Amino acid sequence: MRLEKEDRWLRETYVDLLIEYEKKDDRIVILEADLSKAAGTTRFTEAFPEKTINVGIAEANMVGVASGLAAMGKIPFTHTFTAFASRRCCDQVTLSVAYAGLNVKMMGSDPGVTAELNGGTHMSMEDVSIMRNIPGMIIYEPVDSMQLKQIFPQILAVKSPVYIRLLRRNAVKVFDESYKFVLGEGTVISEGTDISIFATGIMVAEAVEACEELKKEGVSAEVINIHTIKPLDAKLVIESAKKTGAVVVAENHSVIGGLYSAVAETLSAACPVPAIPVGVKDHFGEVGSTDFLMEKYGLKSKDIIAAAKQAIELKK
Amino acid sequence: MTENHERFLEEQAKKIRKLTIQMIGEIGVGHIGGALSLCEVLSVLYFDQMNVDPGNAKMENRDRFVLSKGHGGPALYAALALKGFLPMDELMTLNKPNTHLPSHCDMRLTNGIDMSTGSLGQGFSAATGMAIAGKMDHKDFYIYSIIGDGESQEGQIWEAAMLAGSRELDNFIAFTDYNKMQLDGYIENINGLYPLDKKWEAFGWHVQTVDGHDVRAISNAVDNAKKLKGKPSMILLDTVKGKGGYFCENMVASHNMTIDRETCKKAVEMVEKGEI
Repeated sequence: MRLEKEDRWLRETYVDLLIEYEKKDDRIVILEADLSKAAGTTRFTEAFPEKTINVGIAEANMVGVASGLAAMGKIPFTHTFTAFASRRCCDQVTLSVAYAGLNVKMMGSDPGVTAELNGGTHMSMEDVSIMRNIPGMIIYEPVDSMQLKQIFPQILAVKSPVYIRLLRRNAVKVFDESYKFVLGEGTVISEGTDISIFATGIMVAEAVEACEELKKEGVSAEVINIHTIKPLDAKLVIESAKKTGAVVVAENHSVIGGLYSAVAETLSAACPVPAIPVGVKDHFGEVGSTDFLMEKYGLKSKDIIAAAKQAIELKK
Repeated sequence: MTENHERFLEEQAKKIRKLTIQMIGEIGVGHIGGALSLCEVLSVLYFDQMNVDPGNAKMENRDRFVLSKGHGGPALYAALALKGFLPMDELMTLNKPNTHLPSHCDMRLTNGIDMSTGSLGQGFSAATGMAIAGKMDHKDFYIYSIIGDGESQEGQIWEAAMLAGSRELDNFIAFTDYNKMQLDGYIENINGLYPLDKKWEAFGWHVQTVDGHDVRAISNAVDNAKKLKGKPSMILLDTVKGKGGYFCENMVASHNMTIDRETCKKAVEMVEKGEI
């Protein structure tokens, strides 16, 4: 079964939500560093010009200004690419936002290989790793519009910095109305007994596909979406790993410091089982379509299947 | 300004100076130089210009102050204690275990601190954000900030300066503690700022240069800044690093130095007697 892509870009859903919630809560302000056309937030600005602060090409200042706005009771949302949201203003996010305990929401778009033709300079394989090391940071990576719509008000409600790792273009539709999402809690997509597959972002659709294929080969895979990478739903991760005894972690990110690290850190202390990563193997990105790069870097469902078999083999 | 009020402000500056030496002397080491150069401007801000109320520290329409050169914390704590934001006896806990008074300002720990600072350049962006918030909400309070001259080598200072100038934030009044020195030596020998006034003017700011140890001159400059419409204000404070500490005045080594008990005692006595 091949899952279908959604009709609209995920960023459009995000901007819809900004507009919808601005009408209910005028503390929301948005900050731009000359990438509002990439983030799609120009629509918000047309509706609420006085609530938009475009600082120009100065990401560090954008984060600092956001911290000042938050100190005055605003709820600022900053926008730039994941690469600049994390590595470019790491110190500002760490100190002016998190250390100061300020309620700033930071949206990074075009995570990992989805930066496509912007290539290696704009391709963040390390943003989750950077953000995960900042105390108090919440990291959320949406899967599709259904999920984003449910999680957005929770992001707004939590009085804490949140990093939103947002795919810009069409997400693959994974979830229907029956799912109920809670920020900080993993979502079980299918239950299984032989292998746990923890996946985030664009890798969730690949994991679902891998699960179908494994089923045909008699392997029962449990697929869990970890949309909130921090704080990790450790309880769910441990429970699942205890049940299956083997783990694969799939992420559009370096295998160093991201979801794989988070899961491995948790399991090595509570339930050490074989855990194989499907992610970017410690190298930079390059230009290419998402599909091409996922193929080249081993981020496809077949790579998840191979990793699952490897993990199961290690159980023996 | 009446002569009485001027003498009062000078007296407050003297108290801030004395307490700052005592606090750093108590722990034996600290950023004494860049704290002592701030005593007069802090006296003017807290006892002359700023609308703040220690009985209602979070008052919505209060003026805000961001000490972007966060290592000047001890002098600010002294001013806050004299104003009534902190118990006086808390000052001697500076940098001791579990203190609420760390080297660099922390808004989560210290009553009366509006922004956490310490990584240079960042507080100034936050202050810019506060000024934008004030404009957005049509408030008439002012945002004050002090940056260091060494701090002005940070690119983020100029990112924020450009934005504040471009947005004509006339509710934003900033100072540069221009003491001409930084940790590694003289500013002009490392990465010179001259002509600093022209730089700020080019970024769209109204610039005044005053003797940073003259409370009347500082207060007048703030009055001018408040009257001015359409531009943020930069007041360049011509200061002396380590001002008023016989062991550290005008010394590059004063940035962060050790002080023994004997030196501290003598320095405090000299400040009290007005011998320096």
